[in-house]
This record gives sequence, structure tokens and C-alpha cells, in this order.
Amino acid sequence: MSTMSDDNKQDTVTIYVDDQPVEVPAGINLVEAVAVAGKEVPHYCYHPKLSVVGNCRMCLVEMGTPGRDRATGEPMLDEEGNPKIMWVPKPVIGCATNVSPGMHVKTESSLVKDCREGVMEFLLVNHPLDCPICDQAGECRLQEFATDYGRGYSRFVEQKNVKPKRTRIGPRVTLDDERCILCSRCIRFCEEVADDPVLGFIDRGSYTTLTTFPGKELDNNYSLNTVDICPVGALTSTDFRFKMRVWFLKETPSIDTESSVGCNTVVGSREGTIYRITPRRNDAVNDTWMPDSGRTLYRQVDADDRMTQYSIEGRPCAAEEALTLASTYLRNGRSAIVASGRLSVEEQYLLTRIASHAPGETPAWLVARHAEGDGKLLSADRNPNVRGALVTGLIDRIPEAQLSQLSAALESGKVENLIVVGEDITQAGISIDQIKKANVVYIGAVHCDTAQYAKVEIPLLTVFEKAGSFINQQFRVQKFAQAVPGPKGVLFGLSNFTQLLAAVSDGKDRIEPSPAAVWTEMAAAIDEFKELSFSAIPSTGQLIPADRFADLPFVEGKSLHFEPRTAVADA
Amino acid sequence: MSLETHIARKNLAIHPKERRIILKHADRPDYDASIDCYLRNGGYDQQKKAFSMKPEEICQEVLDAGVRGRGGAGFPAGMKWKFLDRKSGKPIYLICNADESEPGTFKDRQIIHKDPHQLIEGMMISAFAIQAAQAFIYIREEMPYGAKILEEAIEEARAKNLLGDNILGSGYSCDLVVHRGAAAYICGEETGLIESLEGKRAYPRIKPPYFPAALGLYMCPTIVNNVETLCNVKHIIEMGGHAYAEIGKPGNTGTRIWSLSGHVRKPGYYELENGVHTYGDLINEFGGGLRDGRQLQAVIPGGSSAKVWRAGERFKGKLRSGEEFDWAIEDVPLDFDGPMAAGSMSGSGAVVVIDDSVDIVEVLANINAFYAHESCGQCTPCREGSLWMKKITTRMANGGAREEDTALLASIGDQIAGRTICAHGEACAWPTQSFVAKFQDKFLDKAKQDPEQLSKRDFRMV
Repeated sequence: MSTMSDDNKQDTVTIYVDDQPVEVPAGINLVEAVAVAGKEVPHYCYHPKLSVVGNCRMCLVEMGTPGRDRATGEPMLDEEGNPKIMWVPKPVIGCATNVSPGMHVKTESSLVKDCREGVMEFLLVNHPLDCPICDQAGECRLQEFATDYGRGYSRFVEQKNVKPKRTRIGPRVTLDDERCILCSRCIRFCEEVADDPVLGFIDRGSYTTLTTFPGKELDNNYSLNTVDICPVGALTSTDFRFKMRVWFLKETPSIDTESSVGCNTVVGSREGTIYRITPRRNDAVNDTWMPDSGRTLYRQVDADDRMTQYSIEGRPCAAEEALTLASTYLRNGRSAIVASGRLSVEEQYLLTRIASHAPGETPAWLVARHAEGDGKLLSADRNPNVRGALVTGLIDRIPEAQLSQLSAALESGKVENLIVVGEDITQAGISIDQIKKANVVYIGAVHCDTAQYAKVEIPLLTVFEKAGSFINQQFRVQKFAQAVPGPKGVLFGLSNFTQLLAAVSDGKDRIEPSPAAVWTEMAAAIDEFKELSFSAIPSTGQLIPADRFADLPFVEGKSLHFEPRTAVADA
Repeated sequence: MSLETHIARKNLAIHPKERRIILKHADRPDYDASIDCYLRNGGYDQQKKAFSMKPEEICQEVLDAGVRGRGGAGFPAGMKWKFLDRKSGKPIYLICNADESEPGTFKDRQIIHKDPHQLIEGMMISAFAIQAAQAFIYIREEMPYGAKILEEAIEEARAKNLLGDNILGSGYSCDLVVHRGAAAYICGEETGLIESLEGKRAYPRIKPPYFPAALGLYMCPTIVNNVETLCNVKHIIEMGGHAYAEIGKPGNTGTRIWSLSGHVRKPGYYELENGVHTYGDLINEFGGGLRDGRQLQAVIPGGSSAKVWRAGERFKGKLRSGEEFDWAIEDVPLDFDGPMAAGSMSGSGAVVVIDDSVDIVEVLANINAFYAHESCGQCTPCREGSLWMKKITTRMANGGAREEDTALLASIGDQIAGRTICAHGEACAWPTQSFVAKFQDKFLDKAKQDPEQLSKRDFRMV
């Protein structure tokens, strides 16, 4: 545990890594401390977010501390007056050794080298060495460390152990026990993070085998994290298995749109096709985890009901034609907007801007998606960006699931034009008859009943096909980048919105269709974004002031790294 | 079958040179395991005496006695008690390690089967001394009768208020329970035992931070002592620490029960005063010497994990006292420091004598099979190394030896020792390292033996 003093500053200590002084935070272990010095202590079983077991023995280093005279307690000095270092006679594991002032560490000595060679050799004697058909190849610690720290040849001539292969241990995870190096990361994850202890070892010694408890399977919504933390190819994702070599994958930082937690993710794609989504470390949001449910969201890109065609009353048309008609509606008569909590901050802001050019008051709603939070990385608000709509001023209250006000307004003819973005309002209390009454412009990624009866259909890009930002439950602005190009014919980036804005304003209000340009506008218009720019938002996100919304009854309960305000007030 | 037929038989022929303290009554024909018999022989008097003392005074007596742990490591018990974290405010636990499983060791079984109340008395004195809230006896699963005997004895003692609530009206309460082990060698490792007692796999814990004296059973301060060590506490109270320290030699006080096995005429257990006798005495005098026409080939001085001695070997060096020595195996003193000075250890006091009738490679193959089977599988070097060494020595024994195997075995051993969480790494590496170093010629010769001939033997190692 790191020691934090009251003023939130970490105390530091100076240690010596291979004789080079390095200042490191007090209380961290040697694996982390040596990393501060820019060197590597290879390790398998150690994981920064799990308990330390110290069983792989890969992180053995030599360690010594300044000696003190037993009788007087005075520091012992050598002939030159330097502190005398008392070296521990045996190598120590870096993961379980915490730094202390003046500590010396050898990470490159011949003993350390020999230790690593030994452990590497041992790990490989019963390993099937089936890298050519193994999904982990290319991101396998066993491969990497064998190359970096191994001897490069084998002295093993005996029969290898035989263990179960391609075992289904859950709906999404496949296990190959022969590849397992018994680091126990997955077991600890299930116990400590997922609260679903179903994995364990059976048998003993080299015959130890990972398996699920009798009658149990690894089916919790965090099971695929075991695949991520497995340092070898023992646990593989059944979905990703044999689909793509990992070195071909382009990695794009993204955000999980499942809930307002906003897990940081990496989207792996090749040639415009997404193959997998894995978590990206953010210690303030999701640590190194994400729910399984967020990993299949890439399927929306090629979903059967994906909408990729601009059309007017069911007739395919050019993008400009559809946008012009939409702007014509907006400029004539009373309009309203139904936006989505799944839109980016930029899109939500552009909608407020578009609304500002429409005559009269243009009310806007969001459709709520509330469900039970799991207390971990799925919050009760299943919209990733309700706070974006609040901050940009698109809405001023917590959304509801039923649009009763809008329903009444449509019924009474108070709303003549309706822009629906990314929602199927027939699921939110609006009847098809009511839709038919107004000029409905549907901007969305999927076909639905709303699209069916809308006058104008404009295809929307998914989160994977555009760049932008979301504001999560912590009021943390988080960026996502474009992983794959959008469908053929769909305007890129924010163009749908910026072109509609230009058309509505007679070409007077023009913004470049990039998040950076929209952020320049937002920084000027919105207090919370003052002095922020898109490029200045760090990859781990930027917290913004939330005071303006302190009284709103947000629905989120406690989750990882998040304590709801109301709960804090109650406590 | 009745319990009686399964308990260890009494050794009626006690060698006159033995100095029996722990086993003083055990082998008397008229002595049995009942509490009445124990009380008739002055049983539980020392507990009464101890309960009239201050706990710190008892600890001081044990420290003064200099009694070293009889389980294998030989660490002074008084020091171990001193390290106990008493400031945490958490309950303190006392555990008796009765998981006697080092091959060749059968001393604790004698105490448990023949004089269980002595252990209970020793434990209750120790529990009082460290102010334990609860005491456990973790007994080897393969000793079911011992567990039964202990459970019966505990009930007898409880009925007499010698344990349980408000013991003997002292205001001190401590219960004692027997816990059957998980049938694994590693359950005898201090922290592995604690994990097993908590109901988990007996994976030894990393030290630091999990030193039992601070973070032991259920993360509370815990003392784990061997059966024989705890029995000694009773006698320390009886004699007084300083008087106890008069027995044996400085730093090697008291008596020890040696388990002698292998190729001697009279294998068995012998309780001897420390430092007075030598390995030669044990083998030739107490053990009756080798069988006719056989020559000594090797001695394993302290349980199968101890480094082997080759017959004819001489050990030279300087003792801690400054005295120079030049010993043959027969001259090595029977105590803690003697075998240590001779490059091995007294371990659990199990002496295995090997004559020239056996193939030394097969001996190592046998030992390696045990340690590969018993590695818990937690640390990479021990898990993979022990099985690899077993596979090599088995192959060598079965006629597939190669010349390079000798060096390979030594190298694997070097890659294990000192690089694991617990001492099982050393336990599995030391036999291989020492056998290969000391019998290098025989290991190299194995590669020259005719594989045809070897494969025709009437047995095959697996």
C-alpha cells in the first residue's frame, strides 16, 4: 500500500537500482520501483491489481539494505564512508519486497540472470511449445521472456506431462491446461475482483491442473478478464479464438458504451474489421478490467439491422438531399429533439447548436436506460453519456424512460418537426400514429420502427467509426478514437451534424466536422470546458467541475472507484 | 481390527546407554496411554507448577534451556516464542506440528501413541506461557490411530479440567483440538500447515510478510512447534531451564530421539543425550552394525532431504568454538551442530544407513520420486525441477542413463535451491546435489552399464 499523506502528496524514498539512484514512491514493491528506473523485472504471477502470491519466481532479484550496527544502531560504513550494504544471501522476489530508504537492487547480476534462465527453462519443460497454433502468440509473456531472459535451447529429453486441452470452462472462455504456468492470476481474479470463486487447482506438483469447481462454470460477466491477465495461452477467448493473429491488430483506444462507468478499452481491428475489445488500464476508472458484455459491442458495426443509407420516405437519396430536407423542416414550425445518452459530447453539443437556429423553443429529451448496477463496472445508468447532455445544456434533468411530455406535444400538434437521434422512440412511449403526425427525422445506426415511419433517415456512425468524448459518472471526460472507417456512403466524423447545422443556419454557422473544432467552440461556450481542448484531454480522462449538477438525482450506485454523491452525503 | 493392534509396539529392549527423558515411561510394559496411568507417574504436576508461575517466567525457562526445535530446522524454541507479536491484540494460537512425514522419521508417533498426555501437558504449559487462546494438534492424516488416541486423551484431560475453560481454576482458558492433516508432505511446512488448518490447499506462504509469529493462523500471531519440542517444555519446567541446559552440550541441549533405519541390524528409535554419542555409535552400537558381509556405502544423517554422506568421507574444518576437527562419518557428533559442520543437517533426526547392496542411483531415484510427488506445485523451480529430476533419475535407473545426465542433474538442483517460497526447494535439491557430487563416479558409470542388462531386472522404477 502506498502511503499517502494528508496533502495528497506521496512520500518518496531513494533506492539504488544497479547502483543508479532512483526516487520512487514509498511503499511500492521492487517490480514497480525498478520500472520507475526504466528497467524491467520480468514477472508472471504478479499483477498490480491482485494480491501477491510470489509463486512464479521470475522476479527474483538481489537485494540489500544499508547495515546498522546491532549494538549502537548506528549506520555501518565501509572504508570510503559509504553505507555498507548488507546483501540478502538468497535472491528475493521483487513482487513481495517493498522499497525502503537506501535499498540496493541488482537486476542484471549473473545470479539474477541465472535465476531467470532457470525459471524460464523450468516453465518450458512441460510447455507444449505450440506457439504456431496458439492465440497468445505475439502477446505471450512466455515467448517474450524466453527470448529476453531464456537460454535459447532445451536440455529436456523426457516425456512431457499430458493435461486436458481445449476445455470449455465457461460460455466465453476456453482452457488449455498444458499451456498453463500455474501463476494463479485467474483464480485470484475470480476471488478478489469478480467475487465469483469458481476456479481452482487440482492435483499436486507439476501435475497441478487448473479447473472449475465441480458443477460450476466460469460464467460471470467478468470472465474474459481472466483471458486478458493470463500471461500465456492457457485461457483464451472462445469468441476471438483462431480469428486473427494479434500482431496484425491495430489497437485503438476507446470507451465501453455499456454504462456510465465508461471503461477504457482497446479496440483491435484489421483492415476495417474489428476482432476484439480488451480493457485499457485506467486506475481511476476501471483498473485493468471490463465486463464481458462490453466486448461484443463491436458486432453493432456489422449488425444485420445496421442502417447505412440516407433516404427520404423510404427512398434512398444523397446525403445532402436528406440533410437539406431535415433543415427545411427545422426552420419551419415548432421542432423538438430526442437525443441519446449514447451520443458523444460533440454530437450532443452540435444538437444544441442546431436547436438554437430553429424558430421558437426547441425542447430536447434523452431516453433513459436504467438497470441494476452490478457494483463493479456496470452502473445503473446504461447510457454512457447522460452527463455530456447535461453539461452541453441539451437537457437539464435526469432523463426518463418514457417520453410522456413529447407524446402529449405530438398528440396536440405542439411539435411539428422531430429530430430523433440514436433512439427508437416507439420503445419510449411514442406511438406510430404520433410519429406519422410529425415530420420525423431519424438519425440512427440501426433500422427500427421509428426509422420505418420517419420522413428522413440519416445513418449514424457507431462509437468505433468516429472520434469523440463521453463524460462518465465521475464527470470525467474520456476520449475515444476512430477504430474503423464508417460504412460506405455515410458522411465521416461529425459531418452529419455540422452540415445540418450549416444548412439550418443558412451557412452562417459552420464548424469543422472534427472533435477538436467542436471542442474549441465548447471551451468558449461552456464553463466546465473552459481552457480545455480535445487534444489536451489525457488518455486517462479529465475530471471537470460537477457542482452545477450537485442536486440532480443521478441513479448510479457505488461501483469501482465511484461513490455516489448522495451516499457520501448520507454517510 | 482393534486399536491396540495398530498402535506402535513397545520396545522392551532399551539400550542401557540411552538417556530417556521424553520416552522415559513410554516403553514400560505397565505403562499405557490412559490419564490414570499418566497421573500415577507424576503426570500434570508440571502443568500445575507452571500455572503457578508467570507466563514470562516460563518463556524465560524455555529460553534458558536453549531447547532447539526438533522438527527439522533446529531453531531455538524460546527465541521463536520471543518473536511472537503480542502487541497486535489479536488472539494467539499454538499449533503442534504432528505432521511427521519426513521419510525415515518415526519419533513423534511413539510419543503420540504411547504417551499422549505428555504432549498435552507440554502443550498446555506452552499455551499458558504464550497465552494462547486456542491450541491445535495438526496430525498427519496417515496416523489415524494417533489422532484417535489424542482425541481420547484430550477428553480425559478436559474431564479433569486440565484444558478447556478456566483451567485448574487459574482463570486461563484454552481449548485443544486435533486436526487431521491433508495427507501431503508439504502440510508439515509451518505456513503450509497453517493454510491447511484454515481449510485451504497447503501452499506455503511468502515470508516476508507472513511470518507466523505475526501473521499466522487466520492472520493472527501463531506459534508452531514440533511434538518432541513441546514435550520438552514439560521437562524444562520440571528441571528448570538452566538444569535442562546441563544435559547435552552448549547450544545442543537436552536429548533427542533418533529414528534409525536402513541397513542396520537393529533399526529403531533411540533417545540419546545430545553431543555425547556419534553417528558411529548410533549405527554400530545402538543399531547393531551392518549386516554380515556388507560395507557401508552412505548415510543420510537427518531425513531424506538432508545431504548424503559417502562412506569413507572425511570432514575437516573448525567448530564455532574454534576447535579444529577431522571426522569420518563415524566421528560426527549426534547433535544439531555436528552434522551441520559436516555439511549436512540433523534435520528431523532420521538417520538412514545405506550399505553396498543397493544401487545409489536407485536410491536417489526413490528419493526424487518422493519429492516430485510431494511438491505442492506453487513455485516454478520446485514444481518443474523436482519432477524433471525424478524423470532423469528414473530413466537412469531403468537403463537409459547418459553421460551428460550427471551434470544436468547438478545444474537442475542448483536452479532450485534457495529460489522457492519454502524449504521444499532445498529438500528436493539437496539430495540430488549431494548424491551427484559425492557419487559422481557411480552416476557416470551408470551410462556405461548395458541397458539390456538393466532392463532385464526384476523390477522397474516408475
